[in-house]
Amino acid sequence: MTGAETMLRVEGLDVLGAGATLVRGMELALTAGERVALIGESGCGKSLSALALLGLLPEGLTASGSIRLVGVEHDLVGAGERQMSAIRGRRIAMVFQEPMTALNPTMRIGRQVAEAFRIHGRVRGRRAAQAAAIELLERVRLPEPGRIAGAYPHELSGGQRQRVVLAIALSNRPAVLVCDEPTTALDVTVQAQMLGLITDSVTETNAALLFITHDLAVAATACRRVLVMYGGRVVEAGPVRVVLSRPRHPYTLGLVAASDLEPLASRPGRRTRLTTIAGTVPAFGDRATGCAFRTRCPSASSVCETDPAWSQTGDRGVACWHPVRAASDD
Amino acid sequence: MTDPLERTEAPLIDVRAVCRTYSRSRLPLRRGTRTVHALRDLTMSVPEGERFGVVGESGCGKSTLLRLLSGLEAPSSGSIRVAGREIAGGSPRQMRLLRQQMQVVFQDPRSSLDPRMRVRDIIAEPLLEHSRAAARSMAGEMLEAVGLPPSAGDRYPHQFSGGERQRISIARALVSRPRVLLADEPVSALDVSVRAQILNLLADVVERYDLTLVFVSHDLSVVRWICDTVAVMNRGQLVEIGPVERVYRAPQANYTQALIAASPSLRSVLAAGPDDPVARSSDDADPEDLEVFR
Repeated sequence: MTGAETMLRVEGLDVLGAGATLVRGMELALTAGERVALIGESGCGKSLSALALLGLLPEGLTASGSIRLVGVEHDLVGAGERQMSAIRGRRIAMVFQEPMTALNPTMRIGRQVAEAFRIHGRVRGRRAAQAAAIELLERVRLPEPGRIAGAYPHELSGGQRQRVVLAIALSNRPAVLVCDEPTTALDVTVQAQMLGLITDSVTETNAALLFITHDLAVAATACRRVLVMYGGRVVEAGPVRVVLSRPRHPYTLGLVAASDLEPLASRPGRRTRLTTIAGTVPAFGDRATGCAFRTRCPSASSVCETDPAWSQTGDRGVACWHPVRAASDD
Repeated sequence: MTDPLERTEAPLIDVRAVCRTYSRSRLPLRRGTRTVHALRDLTMSVPEGERFGVVGESGCGKSTLLRLLSGLEAPSSGSIRVAGREIAGGSPRQMRLLRQQMQVVFQDPRSSLDPRMRVRDIIAEPLLEHSRAAARSMAGEMLEAVGLPPSAGDRYPHQFSGGERQRISIARALVSRPRVLLADEPVSALDVSVRAQILNLLADVVERYDLTLVFVSHDLSVVRWICDTVAVMNRGQLVEIGPVERVYRAPQANYTQALIAASPSLRSVLAAGPDDPVARSSDDADPEDLEVFR
């Protein structure tokens, strides 16, 4: 397997439902070992995009476009549930935010992990699967994996449960791991451990990681590349440190400024005000035509009523009529 | 408005040797209970006008402290005085006065606002002693103070976004003109851009209404921005207390150091070299955290 092999290619992905386009024209290619963050605020479409990748869209929503996964002959868009269930958990796996709801409360941990092997026929026999499960629990750095395997989910802490969910996701060495806010429900010290574990795991297995988060510092810590979503569309993309240090899209700029709580040097004088983005994220039905951000954008003009085209320069791209020009550019 | 609690030189809030224990059944279907020490011998004081932050992770006792301060629960032992008056074991009338003076803003504005009430009535509800018309007009004033249009009063909580609901919670907390605002993770459930709006609003109202602020959060960087003093808690105990900038820049306690190292700000992440490995403390799983081994 070479480092540059494309594991996942998404082209022109739309998610439609309730008479609206919820996700529009998503383009994404993930190579082996690559870690990409998908950031944006609630309602921007990042979780829906992830669910579309796994064929888990809620009732009434449909995907169109193309999703191709390494080693899978057919397009994931339009694939039937039988085809998807053979792929899901084996070639593409997901870790959700809330570990308690992702685990079966009536089943011991060891059996749940073993089940993941057995369903996809990687390990045959109950005893072998149980042994493999314990080994996997050890790989996600759970202490005394034998005892954890015999425990029920409610007996574990939130951080331990999330490690178990990660173990299940990694059990079949998927080509692509999708994590949706995997550390948001955890305490900060546990969050740091979990981030380290996720990045180590994908490096070890040479999987591609799509990491959904609203936390910019987490995105910059865990990933190399970032996609910024707003109003169902990717509005900016590029290397995470470059994009967050010198944003081009006014929305990215606003997000970075609003995340910055570091008091300015003027302290201990008057407290500085935080930079905000005016207004709130619009509901799906209330999105503006053209550029969805124009209703909150300080540089919006009449041209923004038309959808801005994607413009790619080198490894960065942006969809904006009035991109921010930093002094250090050109 | 007369002030039932006199202004004093002594700290406005004085917590002395407070313990709070809960007894909790061990596991379902198993006999016996165990005692959880939510607060152990906590002593701290908050002067009038201070912005006082309490920081710690889940289970550290910060929410218990807030429930005790707001008089929703009584300490198992120790004393809590507000403006020189012991609040534990007060009569219902005293507790009502206390709650009027100490108002709380909770984390989740979805569950703390009654979905069947119009926003104007939610805000006016604490104003029992006023006429309906006066209460409504004060509610209108409060809506304006938190940056919502007057028409917002006619609508129901579900018609608002998370940030707007938190504005409503703040309006309801302020309408009885409290001296102390207790805020329990008031911005943790909000998006980044909205979080900045609500933090600005909280800082504004604290200044405008001369409030003493007790701000509970898991996020030291938020507390650093809005507070003057911070108390860091771990497992029911106070591990460090001091001016927030000093604590942030030169933390004394090991726990505070770990907390700061585990949650780097965006600035410090970007300032670190490219592809700086993720903060690594993965192998130090703390046996105390393992519920299963208790």
